[in-house]
Amino acid sequence: MANQTTDLKTAADIGAERTRSGVFYRPNVDILEKADELLVLADIPGVAGDKVDIHFEDGTLSIHGRVEPRHEDTDYLLQEYGVGDYWRTFEISEAVDASKISAEYAEGVLTLHLPKAEAAKPRKIDIKPK
Amino acid sequence: MVFRYQNPRQAMDQLRDEVNRLFNGWLTNGTPAWLPVRGQPAVNVWETVDAVVAELEVPGVKSDQVDISVAESELTLSIHRPETEPTEVTYHRRERPSGDFCRTIRLPAPVDPDRVSAELREGVLTITLPRAESSKPRKINVKTG
Repeated sequence: MANQTTDLKTAADIGAERTRSGVFYRPNVDILEKADELLVLADIPGVAGDKVDIHFEDGTLSIHGRVEPRHEDTDYLLQEYGVGDYWRTFEISEAVDASKISAEYAEGVLTLHLPKAEAAKPRKIDIKPK
Repeated sequence: MVFRYQNPRQAMDQLRDEVNRLFNGWLTNGTPAWLPVRGQPAVNVWETVDAVVAELEVPGVKSDQVDISVAESELTLSIHRPETEPTEVTYHRRERPSGDFCRTIRLPAPVDPDRVSAELREGVLTITLPRAESSKPRKINVKTG
C-alpha cells in the first residue's frame, strides 16, 4: 500500500478562450473496441445527469460536464483534487455511424456507445464452392 | 558531508524553493504533471464548526463497494472500483483506475464514531464526522473577583 499513488486530476487544454473562469479537468477515459461498437467511458464525478453536453461535429466528439461549484469558501485541511468542469475531445474516424451515437450516465461515469458504420463491421466471408 | 554552498542560507533557500514548487502545483490545480494518473482516490478534508468532512471522487463505485471505518481520530476507507468490462475487448485507452484501494486518513480532531454519516452521489462520496464532545470548542466564562 505504501507505494500507491494518489489519483490526481489533469487540467484540460480546451484550446479556446473561455467566458467562464475556473479550471477545466480532463476526465480519465477508457476506450474499448468491440465487434460492433466503440465504447467510451469517462469519469466525471460530481456532474449531475442533465449537466453533460455531448457534441459531435466534423468528426470531433466533445464531452463537457458542468460541475456546480461546491465548498468554494472552504479552507481545506487537505486538498488533493480540485472541483471544476470536465472537458475532453476526441477525433472520431469515419468508421463510426454518427447518427446512432448514444450515451448513458450513472454514478459519475459517462458511457458513450459509438456504433461502427455498417461498412466497417467485421464480417465473415463465405467461400463459395466451385 | 560536503557543503557545496558557501553560505548555508543559500542551501536552505534552495530547499525551501523546491518544496514550495512541489506543493504549489498540488494545491492550485491539483495536478503536477510528474505524478502518475492511476492510484488511490484523491481526498479533500475540511472542518466545520462541529464536524470534520472528508470528500472523495469515486466514479463508478456503488455504496456497497465502500467500506468506512472510524477509530477515534482515524478514518479508514476501503474502496472497490469495478473493472470496466470483463469480456474480451480491445482497449485503446485505459486510464480509469480499477481494483481495491485502501486509505487511512488522520483526522485533525477526535470524532464520535457512532454519529458518522456518509453520502454517495454522482460519484462523489461525502463523509461527515461529527466531533467528539471532548474536542468541541467551548466558551470559558471569566469570573470577576
